[in-house]
Amino acid sequence: MESEKRSIGREALAELISQWRSAGKRVLAPKRSGDKVDFAWVASLEEISLDHVQTVQSPKAALFPRVEELFSFRSADGRVEVRERDLGALPETVVFGLRPCDAAAFTALKAIFNWDSPDSLFSARLARTTLVAVACSSADEYCFCTSVGGGPGAIAGSDILLTDLGDGDFLAEIVSEKGRLMLQGAEALFRPGAGREKERCLARVEKAFDLEKVDPGLARRFDDDAFWAGQSLRCLGCGACAYVCPTCACFDIQDEGGITGKRLRCWDSCGFGLFTLHTSGHNPRPLQSQRWRQRLMHKFSYMPERQGVLGCVGCGRCSRACPVDMNILEHIRAIAEARP
Amino acid sequence: MNARDVFKPFLMRIEQVTEEAPDVRTLRLVFQNEDEGRGFIFRTGQFGEYSVFGEGECTFCIASSPTRQGYIECTFRKAGRVTSALAALETNEIVGFRGPYGNVFPIDQWQGKNLLFIAGGIALPPMRSVIWNVLDLRDRYRDVTIVYGARTVADLVYKRELQEWAGRDDVKLVTTVDPGGETPDWQGEIGFVPAVLDKLAPASHDTVAVVCGPPVMIKFTFPVLARLGFAPGDIYTTLENRMKCGVGKCGRCNTGKYFVCKDGPVFTFAQLQEMPQEY
Amino acid sequence: MSALQEKARELLASAAVQVVIGYGRGSGGAARAVFIREATKAGDLVFDGTCLQNLAVYLMKPEVRKLGKAALVVRPATLRTILQLAAENQIAENSLLALVPSAEEIVLLATFAAIEAHVAALDSDLSTAEKAELQRFTALGLDERRRFWEEQFSRCLKCYACRAACPLCYCTRCTVECNQPQWIPVPAHDLGNLEWNVMRAMHLAGRCVNCGDCSRACPVGIPLYLLNQKLVSDVFTGFNSRSGISARSDNALSTFKPNDPEDFIR
Repeated sequence: MESEKRSIGREALAELISQWRSAGKRVLAPKRSGDKVDFAWVASLEEISLDHVQTVQSPKAALFPRVEELFSFRSADGRVEVRERDLGALPETVVFGLRPCDAAAFTALKAIFNWDSPDSLFSARLARTTLVAVACSSADEYCFCTSVGGGPGAIAGSDILLTDLGDGDFLAEIVSEKGRLMLQGAEALFRPGAGREKERCLARVEKAFDLEKVDPGLARRFDDDAFWAGQSLRCLGCGACAYVCPTCACFDIQDEGGITGKRLRCWDSCGFGLFTLHTSGHNPRPLQSQRWRQRLMHKFSYMPERQGVLGCVGCGRCSRACPVDMNILEHIRAIAEARP
Repeated sequence: MNARDVFKPFLMRIEQVTEEAPDVRTLRLVFQNEDEGRGFIFRTGQFGEYSVFGEGECTFCIASSPTRQGYIECTFRKAGRVTSALAALETNEIVGFRGPYGNVFPIDQWQGKNLLFIAGGIALPPMRSVIWNVLDLRDRYRDVTIVYGARTVADLVYKRELQEWAGRDDVKLVTTVDPGGETPDWQGEIGFVPAVLDKLAPASHDTVAVVCGPPVMIKFTFPVLARLGFAPGDIYTTLENRMKCGVGKCGRCNTGKYFVCKDGPVFTFAQLQEMPQEY
Repeated sequence: MSALQEKARELLASAAVQVVIGYGRGSGGAARAVFIREATKAGDLVFDGTCLQNLAVYLMKPEVRKLGKAALVVRPATLRTILQLAAENQIAENSLLALVPSAEEIVLLATFAAIEAHVAALDSDLSTAEKAELQRFTALGLDERRRFWEEQFSRCLKCYACRAACPLCYCTRCTVECNQPQWIPVPAHDLGNLEWNVMRAMHLAGRCVNCGDCSRACPVGIPLYLLNQKLVSDVFTGFNSRSGISARSDNALSTFKPNDPEDFIR
């Protein structure tokens, strides 16, 4: 993938963000609050955290909010009116400061939501969203992007990738047409970026396992109930991993209201015990070990086969957020390294 | 973006309500917008998401045959929030419908074969669509045998249609109720479906079997069919995994690499044997 | 081998228990729950300041129960959880051993009576620091507190990590999942989040032993402990009742007594 390179100083970057805001765009970016950094709507560069390793949540909410209205309805006097969302009214959004792994995750989300029948709400949000990622200058023991095809300075998925060069300048790689359009009219804020190298500014993330060995490893282990029970015995079955995950997209549909109301889409998780429960009481996955296996199978086996994209980008969020330290890297490595 | 939003339901008017059994009803639905109705095509085996606005959506197969045009029917048991709300509706009230979704019973491939339908309890509705479909095209198929069981006589659904099938000389109908579920004047068999099937011992040669029922009935019926010589690829069933979106996105019906809503709901026993036992 | 490891080894080797539920080394320097089933693995056990999880949560997990009789490495709040679970008829006498680690020796508590005696010697009240924080919080005006919780709950994802981490949230079908009628909205919007968090706090009122695991589990850092500590304090003030000090005690909010001082209930 070829990208056009420019450089931009910190003050010019602050100006660029304020221009986006003046143009009516919303900016979703990492913001520090107490000991946590998480995505929030921001007004200026000052509010944005750039020195953290990773945010608690992923930026998926920009395209797949935790609750969103699919449509509203009015049901009275034997008549029902369904009012569709005005997709044209969805706001223009810049997701700023997401990591290269997060940008790659949008590719997985696109594959899910537009599989066969396009999801119009997701697609409309996507069309109005630009991804301005910031490369990673630090990583921690939970990061494993390089094991799943990414990297701390990978450009795939981003519209623009910025790298802090450490001398007050950011290297701006304009990856997509959307990224190029985004900078129209702001050319004066940039200088040529040719010759500026980002490699020395990037975090080192060692490859932790051989991806090629994961799917065969999963297939070999599939019926080994003791193995999955061993991995998942301490798992509590909450949805923290799924909800902070940048690619997890399971959802529920819920109606609210009476005469007037809304049909809502909201996040859900295959880790919940009731996720697959039939009304009859029959549950296809009654055990937490089966639900844990489903999580890994879905990401590392089913999605690659059906949607042609891996369901994990190695951001490490699930491991950091897990109340009981269900470290996904450790578990996937154990699967990849298991002897045939 | 001119395509219809996948989550926007068609508005359907309830044309007729039929009480089938305790807490089991059939709704006949017609499109409120006639243009939408004219453009609507489905094939037997497909399902949809039916909704009561303010309560939510519920997944059922389309229980009527595509050969009967101008309406669709669904049959459901009142059990949860949405089915309770559906059960409270009366003629002329409006419900939502999204669909048709999923794959179909390959009835074209079954031409010239004998057909054996085996159903239990509230699982007759998906079968009813395909039964009427082949009966409406009767000359394309050879022997048609229907084995249907329920817990009690009262729980048998489509009683009028069962009578009609029983009266036809081109259909062999065997009905059964669980031991203790019979009434004094019960003329049918007494026993569980797999045992009745075993006793009936239909020939497997050139025959396709379609099995729909609760998981426990399916579990014990497959071995009987295998003993009778049915190949796994000639046994069809329809899975009823929990679903929300119906279009391969919400993740709920994912079973192994399959999405029941897109790759199913119709599967052969050969396919089930390759799937994890998560249905 | 530490005294804890030695005791675990002994219990497993003698088949006094089938599993020792304790703490092992986890990622990022933290501790994690481990389930030791072989005497030779007892060396994996650790106990230090990083061992915070209330392991009693696993006593209610079917997969763990299937492993057989357990010895549980406990902290004070874990012992109180065991008594509370016993009082709610969720665990049976003789179904577990409690291992209380200390620098010198491991105290083994085999009966609820022994746990009660051990807990009686501990201070089950809120700590001075907790009381001070609660005091500061309750001193705020009603509007300020409402704004505080609205802001906090606006971040709630409804991932239910608080519920999953709580040993006393053991219902197999939670109120939020009962939909006839739908008492609590499922979506994580403002109303759904407020009702969910308030409902959970109220269902734990008079039962919560203030172990703090809900707050530690929350991925977005909502200080749920404040709600629970306020209720612990109110239940003590109003009913002179403390949870988790007796295996037979009645929950303040789910027990009727003929001599109840309130008029409305008689």
